[in-house]
Order: sequence, then C-alpha cells, then structure tokens
Amino acid sequence: MTATATTPDADRVPDPSRAPDAHEASHSGSGSGSGSGSDSGSAGPADAAPTADPGLGSGGLAARPDGPLLLGVRHHGPGSARGVRAALDAVRPDAVLVEGPAEADALVALAADPDMRPPVALLAHAVDDPGRAAFWPMAAFSPEWVAIRWALDHGAAVRFVDLPAAHTLAAADPTWTDEEDEVSGSGLRIDPVAELARAAGYEDAERWWEDVVELRADGDPTAPFTALAEAMGALRETYGHGGHPRDLVREAHMRLKLRAARKEFGDSVAVVCGAWHLPALTRRTTVAADKALLKGLPRAKAELTWVPWTHRRLARRSGYGAGIDAPGWYAHLFAAPDRPVERWMTKVAGLLRAEDHPVSSAHVIEAVRLAETLAALRGRPRPGLDETTDAVRAVLCEGSDVPLDLVRDRLVVGDVLGEVPAAAPAVPLQRDLARRQRTLRLKPEAQERELGLDLRKDTDGERSRLLHRLRLLGVPWGEPAAGRSGTGTFRETWRLRWEPELHVRVAEAGVWGTTVEAAATARAESRALAATALGDITALAEQCLLAGLTDALPVVMRALADRAALDTDVAHLAQALPALARALRYGDVRGTGTTALGEVAAGLAERICVGLPPACAALDTDAAAQMRDRLDAVHTSIGLLADRPESANGLDDPDRPDRPGDPDRPGDPDRPGDPGRPGDPGRPRGADGLLHRWVGVLRVLAGRERVPGVLRGRAARLLVDGGWVGGGEAGRLMSRALSPGVPPGDAAGWIDGFVGGASGGGLLLVHDERLLGLVDAWLTSVPAGAFADVLPLLRRTFSGYEQGVRRTLGELVARGPAHGRAAAYDTFPPGFAPTPDPARADAVLPLLHLILGTPGTLGTEAPA
Amino acid sequence: MPVPETIATPGSGVETDTGPGRPQTTAEALRPHAEHAFARELAALAAADDRPRPARWRLSPWAVATYLLGGTLPDGTVITPKYVGPRRIVEVAVTTLATDRALLLLGVPGTAKTWVSEHLAAAVSGDSTLLVQGTAGTPEEAIRYGWNYAQLLAHGPSRDALVPSPVMRAMTQGMTARVEELTRIPADVQDTLITILSEKTLPVPELGQEVQAVPGFNLIATANDRDRGVNELSSALRRRFNTVVLPLPATPEAEVDIVSRRVEQLGRSLELPALPDGADEIRRVVTVFRELRDGVTTDGRTRVKSPSGTLSTAEAISVVTGGLALAAHFGDGVLRPADVAAGILGAVVRDPAADGVVWQEYLETVVRERDGWKDFYRACREVSA
Repeated sequence: MTATATTPDADRVPDPSRAPDAHEASHSGSGSGSGSGSDSGSAGPADAAPTADPGLGSGGLAARPDGPLLLGVRHHGPGSARGVRAALDAVRPDAVLVEGPAEADALVALAADPDMRPPVALLAHAVDDPGRAAFWPMAAFSPEWVAIRWALDHGAAVRFVDLPAAHTLAAADPTWTDEEDEVSGSGLRIDPVAELARAAGYEDAERWWEDVVELRADGDPTAPFTALAEAMGALRETYGHGGHPRDLVREAHMRLKLRAARKEFGDSVAVVCGAWHLPALTRRTTVAADKALLKGLPRAKAELTWVPWTHRRLARRSGYGAGIDAPGWYAHLFAAPDRPVERWMTKVAGLLRAEDHPVSSAHVIEAVRLAETLAALRGRPRPGLDETTDAVRAVLCEGSDVPLDLVRDRLVVGDVLGEVPAAAPAVPLQRDLARRQRTLRLKPEAQERELGLDLRKDTDGERSRLLHRLRLLGVPWGEPAAGRSGTGTFRETWRLRWEPELHVRVAEAGVWGTTVEAAATARAESRALAATALGDITALAEQCLLAGLTDALPVVMRALADRAALDTDVAHLAQALPALARALRYGDVRGTGTTALGEVAAGLAERICVGLPPACAALDTDAAAQMRDRLDAVHTSIGLLADRPESANGLDDPDRPDRPGDPDRPGDPDRPGDPGRPGDPGRPRGADGLLHRWVGVLRVLAGRERVPGVLRGRAARLLVDGGWVGGGEAGRLMSRALSPGVPPGDAAGWIDGFVGGASGGGLLLVHDERLLGLVDAWLTSVPAGAFADVLPLLRRTFSGYEQGVRRTLGELVARGPAHGRAAAYDTFPPGFAPTPDPARADAVLPLLHLILGTPGTLGTEAPA
Repeated sequence: MPVPETIATPGSGVETDTGPGRPQTTAEALRPHAEHAFARELAALAAADDRPRPARWRLSPWAVATYLLGGTLPDGTVITPKYVGPRRIVEVAVTTLATDRALLLLGVPGTAKTWVSEHLAAAVSGDSTLLVQGTAGTPEEAIRYGWNYAQLLAHGPSRDALVPSPVMRAMTQGMTARVEELTRIPADVQDTLITILSEKTLPVPELGQEVQAVPGFNLIATANDRDRGVNELSSALRRRFNTVVLPLPATPEAEVDIVSRRVEQLGRSLELPALPDGADEIRRVVTVFRELRDGVTTDGRTRVKSPSGTLSTAEAISVVTGGLALAAHFGDGVLRPADVAAGILGAVVRDPAADGVVWQEYLETVVRERDGWKDFYRACREVSA
C-alpha cells in the first residue's frame, strides 16, 4: 500500500472539483509532494451549512466504532506511542493521518526503507533560502513514528495533515517553527500539561505526565486517550487557542484533510496528533470557514527530506516544539518489554563497569530496592526518572555526581544517531554548496588543480572562506598547498580536487545545518566544546578566523578561556599564546572582528604572567632550553598584543613601565594595588598594563636564583633589548650572574641566554665593552677543571655570531680592557656625550615626519 | 539460636545513664537531645501519622521526612524545618533507612551531617544517643562489645560480664545506631561493621553465641569526604552503605544568611561588637569562597581554578569572625577589606606552591576587574606580597 502514499494525488483525482480559488491554485502548482491543494474538493455540499460530524461530536475516541479514531498524543511520549500502537492494532484503520507538514506525504514510503533508522527528522527548507528550515524530529518512541510504521506495515495509507511547510516557512514570524509549542509551552503561552498537572495538584508537569501516562504498565494502554481528550477539551474551552493563534489555521487545515480522508476511506481513519488539537478536530465548522482561515497565507517554495537526527538534538526543543529532557530514558521505557527499572539499573551498571567503576549485582539489587521504596515514599505508582537517578547516585555512584553525569550523558540522553537511506532527497546543505560554487565560479572537478587566491579581492576572499568552511565540515575539497605561502600573506594557494565520496561527506555534514556557513559554525562550536587540549582550541580559533565564522568565535573563545583557566601547565598556555597573537594579526588583516580574541589573548597572557616565574624554577638543561624558546615566543606575542591600539583587555594598572635604568625601582615593579598611587582614570587601559606586567615578570626571572642561568640571562637580555633596564643594571645583573661563587655551568648558561643566538648578541658585546670586560674577566677566572665543562656551551654561544662580529670581538679582547672609558660608563653610553644636545636632536624631526608621513613636518610640535 | 533480648537489656547495670528508657532531665542540659528538644513535634507527627511504619519505627518514612523538612500537620501543628536543603536528599536518606541499608552521610565540614543523623535517629527510633564517636583511637570494643573485668575475673565469661556497645544495643532493640566520623576509625576496626551490616549479626566467640539484629536496626554513619584519605572505607564496607552527599548551600543568599547568623552568635559569645556595616564584607567573603569552590565566577562567565582547601561555609564564618575581632581590637571597629583579606588568604592558600598561583590568578583575572572591589584587591595584594 505504500504506493498510495507515494502518489498522493492519484486518489484525489475523482474529487468533485469546485472552482478553486487563487490561493488553492497556487497550492497545487507548488512543487512535488504538496498535496494540500486537493483538500478543496472534499466537502462540496457542506460549504454553506455547518457540517455535522457524526461520531466526532463529543471527543470521539479509541473505543468508538462509528467514527474516526482520534488519538491525542504527546510528542515523543513513549506511553502515547504504546497507546497508539495498541489502538491501531485494535481498530485497524485503512488510513492514518499524522500531524506533520502536508508535503511530506511523498516521503512516507522512505520510512519503510530498511536503511531508515530513527531518530530521524522531516526537514523542510525554503528552496531559495536553505537557511530557512524547520524540523519535525521523530524518535523510535514517537507516536507519530509508531503510527507511520504501523500504517506502512499494515498497508494503510498515511497522510500528513498539518499545514504545508510552504506556509510555515513563508510565515513572517521567524519563530513560527522554532519556538512553536504544542503540548509543553513557555512564556505567555499556556502549557496544557502544566495546567492539567496544576489541576491535579502537581507542581512538576513532567512528573504528573509520567505518573498518569508513562508509568502505567497495567491496564488498557489506550485508556489515557479518553481522559486526555476530555481534559484538553475543557482546557480549550477555557483558554481558546491558549496563546497559539496560528493553531487555529493549522487546525482548520487538519479538519479539511480529515474530511478528505473520510470521504475516501469512510470512518476507517485514525488521526494521530498533539492532544491539544483534538478538541479542534471535533468542532463543528463549515468548510467555507476553514478555507477562509487558510486563504491568503504567504507561501514559499519548500522542499522536504528526511535527515538523520540524534537523541542529543531531541533533547532540544525544535520542530514539534516539544523538546524532551531524557530521550534515552523514554526510549528505554518504550523498548523494555517488562521490568523497566530493573533493566535500566542493569544498563547503568554495565555503563559504569565499562568505565571502570566497580559495580556488583548486589549494588544493582539495592539500587532497584531504593528506587522502588523512594517511589512509594513519594506516592508515585512506579519509580520514575527522578527516583532511579536518586537511587543510582546513592548506591551505584556512591554519592558522587561525577559518574552520575556520565550516566546522564550516555544513557538518560544517549548517543543514538539515526540513519536515512541514500534515496532520500538531497539535503539543503548540498544545494547551498552548489549555489555557492556557481556564484564563486568554482566548479567541482575530479582533476586536481591549483588555485591561487588573492585575499584582497572579494571573490577570492569568499572562495577562501568557502574552502576553509568545507575543511571544517570534514569536506576536504581543497587542501592548502603547503610551503608556497604562509597564512600571514595576502595570498593563499589551494589544491582542489573533487572526489565522488565528497558528496557523501556533504550529506553527512547536513546534520550540522542547512547552509555551509551555519553548518561550519555549528561544527566549530561543537568541536570547541568537545576539545580538551588547549592547542586544539587555539588551532580551531585560527580556523574560524580563516573561515570567517564570526558567529562561532564567541563559543570558541569561551571554551578557550575556560580551558586556559583550568590548565595548570604554563607551558601549554605559552604554546597557545603565539597562535592566538598570530590569529589576531590575520584577523585584523582580513577584517574579521577580533575583539573577543583580543580579550582572551590578554587573559591568557595575564595567566602566563602569574604562572611563569614558578614554572621556571628548578628546571634541568633540556627543559630550560625549551622554556627559553617559549619565553621568546611569549615575549614576541605580548609585544604584538601590546601593539594593538584597540586591545582593551580590561586591565587597569596605575603604574607605567619603568624608564630605563630608573634606579629607585629595582625590585618588583608590578604593584598596581599600591594605595599610595591611585590609578589615573584618564589613562588608556590595557596594553600598557600588560606590557608592564610582563616586564615585571622578566625582572623577577632575571633576579631569581632558582631560575636556570639560561633563562635568567634571556630575561635580562629581553629587558635590555626593550630598554627597560639600562646598561648599568644589565652590568649589575651580569656581574651577579658571573660572580665567583656561581657554578661555571650556570654562568655559561647565563651568557648563552644573554648574548647567545644570532639575534645581535655579539653586537651587544662589541658595543658595550664593559659587558665584554665582565665576560672576559669571568672567563679567565674559571678554574681549569671546570673550563673543559663550560667550553662546549661557550663555543656554541659564540659560534652563532657572524664572522665579522667574532673578529671584532677577538680584536677587542686582544687589545685588553679599556680602562679609561669604563670609568665614565655609568653616566653615558660609549660614543655619546654626557648629556643630549636638544638642538641637534630636533634637527632630525622634520625628516622623520616626512618619512613616517605624520603631520608636523614643520617641526613645530613637541616630540611625542 | 540465642535470644538477643537476653543480652544487655536496658538498665542491666552495665549501662551509662545515657541509656534509653532513662530520659535525661532535659531542663538543665546545656544541649538537649533532638528527641527531647522536639518531643512535642514528634508526638504530634506520631498522632497524625496514619501511613504504614516499618517494624519498630516510631514514625512512617513520610512523617520522618516531614519532621526533617518541616511542614504543617492537619491539626495545625507546625513542624519546624530541621534541615534546609534539597528535599531529594532527605527522601533518599529516609528511604535508605527503610530499606534496611545503612546510610552514609558524606559532606565537607559544616554541612550538617551530624545534625541530620541525630534528627533521623530521633525521628526513626526516638533515640539519638546510640552513638559511636569515631577517632583514630576508636577500639573494636566501641563497635562490638567490651568486658566488665571485675565480673569476668569473679565469675568467668558470661553474658553478665559483657559490656555491649551502642551498636550492639541498637541491634538487640531494633534501633538506629550512629557512627560519627567513620573514616577516622582505623580500617581494621571499620571492618567489624561488615558482618553487622551484611548479615545483621554479631558473633560473640568467647561465649559461643551470637547476637542477631531485630527488625528496625539500622546504622547511620557520617564521614568527611575531604578526609577520604585518612582511612578510606574498604570497598566491601562501602557497598553496604547507600551514600548521600550533603551539599553546601545552594545559593549565595542562603550562604550569606547562614554566615551572618553564625557570626552574630559567635560574636555575641566572644563579646565582639555587633556588625554595623559588615554585610558587604560578608557577601564578599562568601562570593570569593563560592567562586573558588565552584571554579567559576558568579556571573558564570569566567572559569577559575579551585584551590586544595575545602572553603566550607564554616571557614567563611571563621574568616569573618577573625576579621571582626581584628577590626574590634586593632581597627576602628568597622569590618574592612583589609581585616578579612589575611583570613581569606589563609583559608585559600593551603599548599603554598599550587594554591598561591591559584590565588594570584584569581586576584588578577577576577578581583582586579570587578567594580567596587578595588580596595579589596589592594588589601589582598598587600597581604600576598
């Protein structure tokens, strides 16, 4: 009988045709699967007079043999699902009408496909705007799914009776589908279940529902339908549409569809819909009135398909609007043939054992006993989710919430992923991708080719973003060509190759969203939340920037800040910072908003400032060498961060960085809380404060004895390079590090840190003869036995210099110490007069302004 | 099969005067037992209680839960709440006792474990005095039985020479026994409970007899879950217990309330001046404690590391009390940030290396940027330096 369902228009042909109004004409003209137009013919003679619906007048129910079987359900309620199955088995109707978008009739047959495994969702999306989409999720325990499967298995026809998605998607109000509430509601809209629960004296609606419907194991599973229908009838009398004005339109459509079905199948029709709509279906109305309600609704060209769904997403409210908190628990209730609590506890025990929590059978027995006694104490018919959870916590988890969270995550919600047969129509993501490929003139070709992009051009920028987004989605159509160009430039090179299996990847990625951008954003967010290593998240942040996913950035940044706050290893932080600082710079280049990134980077730098000094103590040679590289990287990054003029990282530090050689502030300079020096509110916050704190850290490192020599030397060098300590203090630091008591190895490390590497360390010695003199004096005082130990290190240090530098150094040392000049050293640098000559200095200004393109070429302004 | 009642009936001469059936004159007691202090409420509950009661229970489980959580009876009697906290916890605790599983109350210090255990015993058995206080020196006799050596030497081993422990008495009478600080008891002594809890029997090999528990017997143990390492329970013993973790106060308001009330009481007995404007400081202390404990700021936006200390409400109380004393004796009588800063530092930094970094990070990333906390930040920087 599936043929009936796949060709919905066939059985509507004989309908007596009335003159269809314009609106309906457009209906029937809408794409495949839209069957709503044919409703029109169902009740020709009834147009004028109110239709008396015999058998529907007073809440016709399962037991009534003389009318359609009306089954009011709760979406995703396993109790309802069981009831629906039992009622259908008892009545065996020829047609089953299910709440769902009317166009989905064409997709019903797919539900019988062996490859179709719930949870799945009916997805409707606007053809010209795939971002506009609505979902109708169905789990194995959803009454709708049970009804569809029953009908397909028993050869009954299936019709979806809700308003066509063409209308829902075209609705002006975007919340039409996303926040529409059926049985459970929020805000001003009334929540029928909550109302009924309150009437029954329950505070918690879920609990009331569990007690009266889900936990009834005995008796007639269809019994709740009668009671529920009556209760809803009373509610609708009191509240009308109860804050869901659109329900009136939808119900008019349902009535029309019901009339059509009765015309075709007689009374052998069953309706499965939200219990809330039940009273409306039995109301006496005229066809004309119903049609008037449906007239002139906006419409959009819509397409429908099945997409795989997950239990985790069922836990969110969408589509049917009835999100459920515990899909795993409901699935269990639905699937368990008997003794649900015992079976549940056994499942929990299995999970905990797999995670290495010792759980014995005795534990399971006691947990079941506790759950049942708790239910008795609370006056519930059987243990519900609350009782079982309490029992699991007290017995199986020994009071700890940690394993309990695992149980919640894996079992109560569950990791079930649905499947959809390959025959299902294309997902909107594919259409979106195809559209973008057209607009960006990027053809998918099996032949590999290279593509060079100039990011300053709009089209190329878009192309780059598309490829980056696809990579994030696990669709590696393009791979960045390695080595040709760094990411920091304006050029990108990609190697493109479209493999056939990428179609499958795109289809799989369809669960993440309906457009490439939305899907990539969702994917990035989910990866950020799942990532554990700090480095992964920084890499992800970089990818997000490259892909232009500004919406995902806040989530990624939040995850990054959280991980950074909890990471106790400064090394990890220090590794993460350079990538962030880099990303920040590219973000600026690409015009992406990076305020959040800047804040996080500043926070990270802040944590490094706090944690670095302890982390540098008591390291061995290898660890110290690694730490030296990190020190350099962090120093560069902080320089980058401090250069950003807009980086307001919320720091408020009253002190400025020290002037070079400031003699009265030798100690710990970061005392921002000093009550004697209130902060100047007019001063720009942020970058200065950060840089200043970093200088403080470097000072601490340079002066702390337990820090290895190479790091102390490096810190001193960075301070000298930045101009934060003058030559005098550098000399003091060096002579302290090289004083006679210091082990030669440590002193050699200091020298390596201070002047080692190719970064101009040699020049420093060439130009500062006093420092050279210190090194020279130390070297000559190294005892003969120790000299052999320090020689390799010194050799490495000095062999890094350019040849010219080495030669000059040799000449200087050969000439002997320059006694005459060293005496005056403390007051002015060699080669300079004791005091600056302002007139001669000012003479340079006009030229400087000219070169820098800054105003003030006349030289009238004071130097900044 | 020995008849349990023959051993150590109440008033058999080996008991102390705290034994049941010999109600202490409550008028002069510094702190009356729960069953005496709330005798009226218990009686009213028993009268109104028509639900089924487990064997030898004074009240039904429902009435026990009502006794702890408070409520109003049909006859208008108001039952004061003894425990302010999640209903779920009390229900699980009572249900555990009803299923004759032993109950283990876990929690950091100051979460009312002992208080709950005392009231549970009072409501279930009408007697909260069958108590074993766990210490590192608690001997096996405290849990099983001892000997009256004069009797033993004079008449040889006999039941008359036996000195029953509170646990043994509870077994014979079908009452609720209590063990305080279970994890402080040496492991080998702890394990004597295993037979008692699983087989509900206590062998007396010296007499070739055993004592069997009668229905109604159960045991409530309390333990400090921060001290798990002291003498961690063997898994064999652990699985005889249902565990209920008593949480710290759920909301900042509740905690501020508890702290101010206790500080006021303590301050009165220490003759400290009353708090004029200290509420801000109390709120601040509570906020700092909660944020460090929970690992996230109150606005939920920033994660912070948690230090190794417990940072319980009890510690917050002592920080504020200490600050108050500081302000009274060395300051101007007004509780200022500087008065509490040192106390907070002492409570937070237990391990100088790790906790120091935690505290510094918290100061720099959270406190410094918070509006109105500048003076507090300065005070903390001063004491940390």
